[in-house]
Amino acid sequence: MPVIKIDNVTMRFNMAKERVDNLKEYFIKKMKGTLKFEEFYAVKGVSLEVEKGDVFGLVGLNGSGKSTLLKIVAGVLKPTTGTATVKGVVAPLIELGAGFDMDLTARENIYLNGAVMGFTNNFVDSKFDEIVEFSELHEFLDVPLKNYSSGMVARIAFAVATVTNPDILIADEILSVGDFLFQKKCEARMKELMAGGTTVLIVSHSISQIERLCNKVAWLDHGNLKMCGPVEEVCEAYKSFDPQK
Amino acid sequence: MVNTKLYFQDFWRYRHLLKNLISKDIKLKYRRSVLGLIWSVLNPLLTMIVLAIVFSQIFHTNPVNADVSFAVYLLTGQLVYNFFSEATNSAMGSMLGAAPLIKKVYVPKYIFPLEKVSFAFVNTLFSLIALVIVMVANRATVHPTILLFWVPLIILYVFNLGVGLILASATVFFRDIMHLYGIVITALMYLTPIMYDVSILPKWVTPFIPLNPMYWFVSMFRSLVIYGEMPTLNMWIGTIASAIVALILGLFVFKKTQDKFVLYI
Repeated sequence: MPVIKIDNVTMRFNMAKERVDNLKEYFIKKMKGTLKFEEFYAVKGVSLEVEKGDVFGLVGLNGSGKSTLLKIVAGVLKPTTGTATVKGVVAPLIELGAGFDMDLTARENIYLNGAVMGFTNNFVDSKFDEIVEFSELHEFLDVPLKNYSSGMVARIAFAVATVTNPDILIADEILSVGDFLFQKKCEARMKELMAGGTTVLIVSHSISQIERLCNKVAWLDHGNLKMCGPVEEVCEAYKSFDPQK
Repeated sequence: MVNTKLYFQDFWRYRHLLKNLISKDIKLKYRRSVLGLIWSVLNPLLTMIVLAIVFSQIFHTNPVNADVSFAVYLLTGQLVYNFFSEATNSAMGSMLGAAPLIKKVYVPKYIFPLEKVSFAFVNTLFSLIALVIVMVANRATVHPTILLFWVPLIILYVFNLGVGLILASATVFFRDIMHLYGIVITALMYLTPIMYDVSILPKWVTPFIPLNPMYWFVSMFRSLVIYGEMPTLNMWIGTIASAIVALILGLFVFKKTQDKFVLYI
């Protein structure tokens, strides 16, 4: 039973050169007949299955549709055609700090971010010390987040998102934030989750990281699924890939 | 039916988000002001004083019949109308305001207009303190029906939610609706008997008055709070029908368009 089943998913964006976002322009353009959209396919007919417990990597050049695919799995985007079925609780780490309000303090943000993940306040209460412990930011708890560095924000976000054992963890380039010590800590935490049966979906440009963490890899190229299979095979092919050919 | 059940499960899961967002709004609104929550009371009070001075000292008129204090009359209308305008205005921008969030994580989108309308409701409840102060200061008669003051406010909450949902999704696609709506709010304020009584209006306007939902909400609130009368059947129909129609329309529009929000904000 796959926990993530992506079935023939296509995602189309309207890439209008000048975006019409008000009534006045809309009517003027409509009357002139110059209301144009340029279609852009970010993902083209991709089918994938991820089994429970897999650590699934997505590789590809910039603009190949990796992040779009992650957002579809996370439920942020609805595919234009095709279906994406996801079973279980998803913890998305698509961009760290989603749902943080820079005017609130770190303490308040932990509760807010927890609620965005669908946690109750009581649950966050019980895990609060653990979150603070992990993010190592004890002395800054009552400082508004706008005074934080981006690395510090990332620490809190990672700590909140991984405080439960989610069924599926979606990570987009998150391990590139923070200092090397914190990166190591994040990797260790992810390994811990994987051992607990969490399915992980990772996007990374660091092939060595993919090779270290994943057991299966899909390679996307211009929105098409180019290759999908065991990590060694796909990574070998990807590393020797020459877009000129 | 399965779908409806899923919706409720989803809502139940995210109820804490709703709570946290409301408390965030309250905290942020009052964090930097010394007087804090008192502003919710002071604001309608001061506006009312300005209007009362304008009418009694400059125009030398009491636009309502003499046995009701003008201050109380004005404040009741203003309170109800402010709830409507604050709730719908903030719900209108709620999806744009939530853009950074909904681009990154899945959360049910209706949470945001719902939160803004609820926050406006909380503010309105605080403003009721101003009404109590003014009623006491004017030695207004207190009728037992005043205990039902919350009934029109709850129906108005539903109405606001419906209108808010429509506006929230419309502004995602057309930003200038925000400017247009500002004018609508001002126009509707003068069309609603807040600072005058409908009896002073010219005859030809009379048939149009019942078409304004806010007329019914204001009248119902006043009949309970000021006049000590149970609302008439027309008031019940006027308010409840507006609320139901707005909510159904709002849910329909919002549901139809919500999947496209992410692409436009």
